[in-house]
Amino acid sequence: MAMIRNKTRHRLVAYSLVLPFVAIFTLVFAYPVIEVIRLSFTNAPLIGAGDWVGWDNYIRLFSDRLFYISVKNNGYFVLLTVVPTTVIALLIALAVNRLSGRVQALALVLFFTPYVLPVSVVTQIWAWMLDFQFGILQPLFTAITGKPVPVFRNPHWVMPAVAVVTIWWTNGFNVLLFLAGLRNIPGELYEAAALDGATRGQLFRRVTWPLLWPVTALVLTLQLILQLKLFDQVYLLSEGGPFNSSYVLLLMVYREAFQLNHGGYAAAISLVVFLLIVVVSVLQYQLLRIGGGRK
Amino acid sequence: MTRRRLENIALAGITLTAGAIWIFPLYWAFVTSIRSDARVVSDGAGLIPDEFNPTSYVDALFNTSLIDWYINSIGTSLIITVVVLVTGMMCAYALSQMQFPGRRLLYLVVLASFMVPAQTLVVPQFELMNRLDLINRWGGIILPQLVVPVVIIVYKQFFDALPKEMKEAVVLDGGGDYTLLFRVYLPLNWGITTALGIITFIMSWNAFLWPFLVVTTENMMTIPVGITQVNDAFGVAYARVMSVALLAAAPVVIAYLIFQKRVTEAVMISSGVKG
Repeated sequence: MAMIRNKTRHRLVAYSLVLPFVAIFTLVFAYPVIEVIRLSFTNAPLIGAGDWVGWDNYIRLFSDRLFYISVKNNGYFVLLTVVPTTVIALLIALAVNRLSGRVQALALVLFFTPYVLPVSVVTQIWAWMLDFQFGILQPLFTAITGKPVPVFRNPHWVMPAVAVVTIWWTNGFNVLLFLAGLRNIPGELYEAAALDGATRGQLFRRVTWPLLWPVTALVLTLQLILQLKLFDQVYLLSEGGPFNSSYVLLLMVYREAFQLNHGGYAAAISLVVFLLIVVVSVLQYQLLRIGGGRK
Repeated sequence: MTRRRLENIALAGITLTAGAIWIFPLYWAFVTSIRSDARVVSDGAGLIPDEFNPTSYVDALFNTSLIDWYINSIGTSLIITVVVLVTGMMCAYALSQMQFPGRRLLYLVVLASFMVPAQTLVVPQFELMNRLDLINRWGGIILPQLVVPVVIIVYKQFFDALPKEMKEAVVLDGGGDYTLLFRVYLPLNWGITTALGIITFIMSWNAFLWPFLVVTTENMMTIPVGITQVNDAFGVAYARVMSVALLAAAPVVIAYLIFQKRVTEAVMISSGVKG
């Protein structure tokens, strides 16, 4: 009898502990997940009810030219950011890792500080750096193309420029992950290999790179997911223009829902974005695991 | 030996130079912000600060709603951080230390929600906030930001690793689970709590998309959303825009510079690379 009472009490205590989180989670996460699925089959406006329209939103989406432009731009942006930022972060981490004491701390501050800035601060600074008339980087463009370039209003330059801004802003995070990975590699391994007469290149290829691979895979996967969710920078810097050359999926969600009042259609796009991110990231993660296992 | 030393000095020099180039945009923003608007666009304006003109800072502080935005950002970020930590810790404790029907399911749901990008939920979340009459209110900014699954995952790993004997000792003394969690385990894991607190605070302080959607009146905006209004209002007055931007960035940057080591650790712990 006492045992059963105790068990009930134990469970009640457990439920009281999880309740606050579960209540919040249900209200602002689980319910919206179900709602976004339901809404995607209706023609609801942003606020208020709509009629059931079956697969209409999806059929419309897959014949929407802007959808394909957005997918292409998202893909282009991923190419411009994911691997470059991983390589840059690895190089910086390798260099910083060899420093020590205050010099190392200072180097970390220089590379990491941009990461703690709000996105709009970042975009305003870069809009000024790249200003058509007075931007301090314009001489660079004049040197390359012969004349100043209105970077965020030029269809060829806009995506690479947003990519540079994004890498500058978020790279510090990746540096820290690599640095943590490097610190986890036991020093004895290097000593043993050095005793065997390994050159520095061999040390990197045989010790650092394979042991760092799990972190590299993590960085690549996190970056892929992050960069597919591109919205803030592109909205603030170019609003998707010029001529939709920086239009991306989440911008499409925003436009349809909050400017054109197409809640149902925006829900359908959201769901496709969600599935895309899950599929791509699971695929990439599996590929990377296989790639790592072969070594 | 000496060759190695020379090499290290050279490496330090190269790395710090690269770092200086990396941080240059921030430096340039600062130099711009202490110049007059006329000086900023004049030909002779070089890389070195050559005048100290606080006009644009005064302007930023008193002719914009910056103070309101500070209050909104600090208030909402603090509430989010505290609620996320307390609810996450409690939930993780139950998941790790207690037996109850639905435990495995709950943990699976937490792990799965990790995969769902919050940005894809904005449409139903906005409708929900509208129904709760929370548009343009702190509640509307805060609520959808309260689900941070990684906090639960990190706390659970920590609780899983604690020795069983500690629990038994407290239970023998007649202490319940709440005593154990808040009087014994919490003081034991201040390191993790601070780390997760720092990460959550930075995340909510810098959040853009959601606060941008849920707030439309200027005095209810948070810092990252508000400062985009200054741009619209001032046109191309870059000295003022940079002053506002730097004032907006100052709290987190200063906090980072003071708690450098902790922030570094926090990022490493919360991403699971360092236990």
